[in-house]
Amino acid sequence: MRTHRPHRLYVGAHTRTRPRLTIHSVHELSVCQALLAQVAEIAAGRGAIVVERITIELGPLCGVEPALLASAFAIVRAGGCAAEAALVIESTTVTIGCMACGAQSQTEPNRLICAVCGGFRTRVVAGDEMRLRRVELRMPESRSPVA
Amino acid sequence: MRGDNIAGHSVVIDVLQDLLAANNQVAVHNREHFDEHGVLVINLMSSPGAGKTALLEATIVALRDRYRIAVIEGDLETDNDAARIRAHGVPAIQITTGTACHLDAHLVHRALHDLSLTGLDLLFIENVGNLVCPASFDLGQHRNVTLLSVTEGDDKPAKYPVIFRASDLVVLSKADLLDVLEDFDPARAAAALRALGRDTPMIHTAARRMPAIGPWLDWLEQEMAAWRPVARSPRSMMASVGA
Repeated sequence: MRTHRPHRLYVGAHTRTRPRLTIHSVHELSVCQALLAQVAEIAAGRGAIVVERITIELGPLCGVEPALLASAFAIVRAGGCAAEAALVIESTTVTIGCMACGAQSQTEPNRLICAVCGGFRTRVVAGDEMRLRRVELRMPESRSPVA
Repeated sequence: MRGDNIAGHSVVIDVLQDLLAANNQVAVHNREHFDEHGVLVINLMSSPGAGKTALLEATIVALRDRYRIAVIEGDLETDNDAARIRAHGVPAIQITTGTACHLDAHLVHRALHDLSLTGLDLLFIENVGNLVCPASFDLGQHRNVTLLSVTEGDDKPAKYPVIFRASDLVVLSKADLLDVLEDFDPARAAAALRALGRDTPMIHTAARRMPAIGPWLDWLEQEMAAWRPVARSPRSMMASVGA
């Protein structure tokens, strides 16, 4: 069976990413603004100088297109504490659990039927994540390292 | 030494927080507000032109003598849809999103400042016509309803799994046109919906000319009956006292 392979999309500090769509017409822009607001709050709370790297998880069922989010990021990060930050997008695969037989299977976003018994009442175990996983911050030299 | 322009050392912070945590927080707040007032809130979604406003107009005509209804309208531009709703004597608040392709919990929260929930039974939120973006944003609604008009493809649930999977009901709208449209097979649409792993009901409606929306009205009444006792449980009452 063909499944979505997990992959990583990387927007480096100096990556030139051109928006492929009119950027204001996609909700990835809103999601990106929310992401950067979260990151800015964390950075300010820790007294960081700048944000170096942001790692997020996106599942195929989260409703956000990784490439469009990366395009939005390249624009929205300008001027803020994450202006030079890299964005790492970790993509997950869709895994469902069958309510009838209990089996777990990896599958496509539009094929959420149990691969073992064919049951159509399933729950998504993984693949709908839209999460900020970690941020890497550059701290002032005077502060002692934090584990 | 490289990186001299920025002094200091790096730290890694593990976060594991939903990207839309701020939106979700406001959505929870909206839902508490709705629950306190005992109003069932339905988020109506579809692609543009599937007949959301027409269905609401027919619904208001059918139910306005029995229930108090209000509508929040989301559109990129114009308040045409809100004007259509108001013409039926029902309060309607228009949110014009400008360039945003979806409603979010903040926009709905702001609209609630202009709408009294007291005495309301049903509040419809007509989302911006779009099968992609609205699916990701919780508004605080109790039920999601997605319209699929029979003038569209019957494979839409397979093409837009996120929104159809999030739906509590799928309405095949403009079903009176099925006789003249050979391309749309309701059985194929139902199969594509079932493939999304949920037992989502699908009903037919026709809102124009000779309105035939009986199954839709039945579903609404059933959901109002099923939901109300929950809203008035002691726990909800305590939550409203504490608010």
